[in-house]
Amino acid sequence: MNRLERKDRLVRLTLLVVAFSAVSILAVITVFMFEQGTPVMFKYGLKNFLAGSDWYPSEKSFGLWPMIVGSIYVTFGAMVIGVPFGLACAIVLTEFSSKHVRRVIKPMIELLAGIPSVVYGFMGVVILVPFIRQTFGGPGLSVLAASIILGIMILPTIISISVDSIRAISPAYREGSIALGATKWQTVRMVVLPAARSGIIASIILGMGRAIGETMAVIMIAGNAVSVPRSILSPVRTLTSNIALEMGYAAGEHRQALFATGVILFIIIMVLNTVANVTSSRRNRVKG
Amino acid sequence: MRHPIFIFLLLLCMVGLPSCGGRSQNDVIVAGSTSIQPFADKWAEVFMEKRSDLGVSVQGGGSSAGIQACKSGACQIGMSSRELKADEKDLREIVIARDGLAIIVHPSNPVRGATLAQVQQIFSGDLTNWKFIGGPDKEITVVTREEGSGTRGAFQELVMGKTRIFRGAITEDSNGTVREIVANDPYSIGFISLGLVNDQVRALALDGVAGSEASIRAGRYKLVRPFLFLTKGEPTGTAKEFIDFVLSEEGQALIKKEGLIPAK
Amino acid sequence: MSLDPRLSQRIAKTLLWAMTVLTVAVLVFIIFFILRKGLPALSLEFLTKNPVDMGKGGGIFSTVIGTIVLTALAILIATPLGVGTAIYLTEYTWENAVTRVIRFGAECLAGIPSIIFGLFGFILFVTKLGFGWSILSGGLTLAFMILPTIIRTSEEAIKSVPAAYRQVSFSLGGTKWQTVTRVVLPSALPGIVTGIILSVGRSIGETAAVIFTAGSALRLPTSLFSSTRTMAVHFYILAREGISMSRAYGTAAVLIIAIMAVNIATYCLMNKFIKKYS
Repeated sequence: MNRLERKDRLVRLTLLVVAFSAVSILAVITVFMFEQGTPVMFKYGLKNFLAGSDWYPSEKSFGLWPMIVGSIYVTFGAMVIGVPFGLACAIVLTEFSSKHVRRVIKPMIELLAGIPSVVYGFMGVVILVPFIRQTFGGPGLSVLAASIILGIMILPTIISISVDSIRAISPAYREGSIALGATKWQTVRMVVLPAARSGIIASIILGMGRAIGETMAVIMIAGNAVSVPRSILSPVRTLTSNIALEMGYAAGEHRQALFATGVILFIIIMVLNTVANVTSSRRNRVKG
Repeated sequence: MRHPIFIFLLLLCMVGLPSCGGRSQNDVIVAGSTSIQPFADKWAEVFMEKRSDLGVSVQGGGSSAGIQACKSGACQIGMSSRELKADEKDLREIVIARDGLAIIVHPSNPVRGATLAQVQQIFSGDLTNWKFIGGPDKEITVVTREEGSGTRGAFQELVMGKTRIFRGAITEDSNGTVREIVANDPYSIGFISLGLVNDQVRALALDGVAGSEASIRAGRYKLVRPFLFLTKGEPTGTAKEFIDFVLSEEGQALIKKEGLIPAK
Repeated sequence: MSLDPRLSQRIAKTLLWAMTVLTVAVLVFIIFFILRKGLPALSLEFLTKNPVDMGKGGGIFSTVIGTIVLTALAILIATPLGVGTAIYLTEYTWENAVTRVIRFGAECLAGIPSIIFGLFGFILFVTKLGFGWSILSGGLTLAFMILPTIIRTSEEAIKSVPAAYRQVSFSLGGTKWQTVTRVVLPSALPGIVTGIILSVGRSIGETAAVIFTAGSALRLPTSLFSSTRTMAVHFYILAREGISMSRAYGTAAVLIIAIMAVNIATYCLMNKFIKKYS
């Protein structure tokens, strides 16, 4: 082996090590979290931990149920807002707009994605929360406020992935439908959307993952009360806010309980991401 | 390939920027109570003006966070606005000021005072409507601090006793945020450091006594807690100089002007 | 009974367009609102003076420096790792189990919420490794967060370099490494830089991970171990605690302008890249 070949071997080895950096970081984070979080889950019993309604760390009570429900309500609310508007934008961008309009709207959607979450939260505090309080009553810091702001935040995710999957549908589908005398809207509704279904579902699932993981905006507008919300006007605390609010001072078992919360979040998001990947790869295999 | 290398070097310079800053010694890190934070910040500002070779860096996080950070060595001076618990007593405590706890409401709220028992009932969730204490017929929005807050710890000890703060209360993570919320919601109530009350909110009189330096010194206003600086062992170096400054006449005069009660 | 298809199309189009316009209007509103309230607070003094009195007075200079240094460190750490990974995946190996594991790792890392990075960074860097609240802790945490983006965009950029370029290089006697460094990378550079700029945009706006690792000290940082406050964190604190609304808006305006600049830069670079290869 001459000198150049040896150098190439060395380079290849170095790059292999570098390439494993992402995986190793992921492994370290995962192992760390599970190692810190699982003991406390089993000490207090998984049922108490997940279904207990009492979160009073100073009295060693670690029931996550209010936060789990909180995350679910807020995410569901975000989907109610984000999915219809997101799909509407995606359809308009791909089917009902000219190239010039598209060139204006698409960068704007990308800009929407770039706005920091604290700015979104701030807009919620300054405009949305007082509006809800004055119009509907209650403190304004509520499930409703969080759902609306989160819904807006996940729009870019849903839009861009849906646009990609709608665009991937071969034109033959559309042409065939038009040739049979269908209007554009009938084509979209009955041919294109069903064909792009798996990609759209993937975008929704990824949007869900983004909503569940959001922290800063939610802390600012949701109220962070440790109780199961009675209505959409009640304050709520999500799993992420729980971690953020208490991380600074949690010690011992309290800290481990926060890691356990992280573990649960982690598992939920991993499951969502895997499902999203599987659904979109199914799409890739089927479409031409 | 010349361009990327140039950019790389530029990035390296940017990262090296901080080292161009004047101070050569490591900063003293002061972390903890958000009640003490604004005052610590003020002290640090004046201290660094006098001693331009020393650096003090102030963070928030809450009293319990400050205690934890002090124990783990993440900061040299911890700030706590509540008494230390039994398992925290291994830290050295220095009283640097005393502060009242104010119960605040929106300025438009007609209620001007309440008894301690009423406040306890409001925060425990037993008293839910303003009309029961002379206010409008509206549900009370209760605002509290996070569990690790020294202000909340003091409130729990001085007002609630054994009763829990009810779980439907809105929870925020600093005095300033609680003040902001109460300042914007006409039907809310919360508790913050007396020294941080401004004209955006109104402090309630408790059992007929309004909170002020005079009423606290006279012992008539009961909600008082110490502001503590905590160190692991004896403070040394810059930390010691900073604490000496804080306890000096000049340091104490500074906070008296801001509404705190001096340590002596 | 069903509607005449042309009527239902008109209704559908109107509804869909209305929703789209509403979405775009929300964006425009946010930007206008922040800029209208924030631009008046902006001045050279605002950008070059340090905060005074917890941020009630003065400017935001130390936070600007904090943001720049933190982002620079994150890019410095993540770029070699990310580009190296991308090079390995495209040039030095074929699709096998190993590459699938690496890709899976990067995808998972991309999905982790920022608060978990903050938790992890706080426990590992700040506490266990003893770095304390510092630029180092923050930079490392941010680097891990942006790594997947850099890997993804670099890989795409490298893949778009035509095979012909490589073949010419080999036929002239170049080794793999020479080909990669002197032919492939320079051609893929716009795409790679796009990924870096996107990551810069993300780092500028990141708050949850930064506040728990780099802390929130207002002083000008003096070393990699100093705590520092970024503009996003400063905005968060100013706004939440009502310390100074005008300065909060001003900080937000700077953030928004920075993000817009990042997006414009990305857009131009992407166009340049696409034009080059189509």
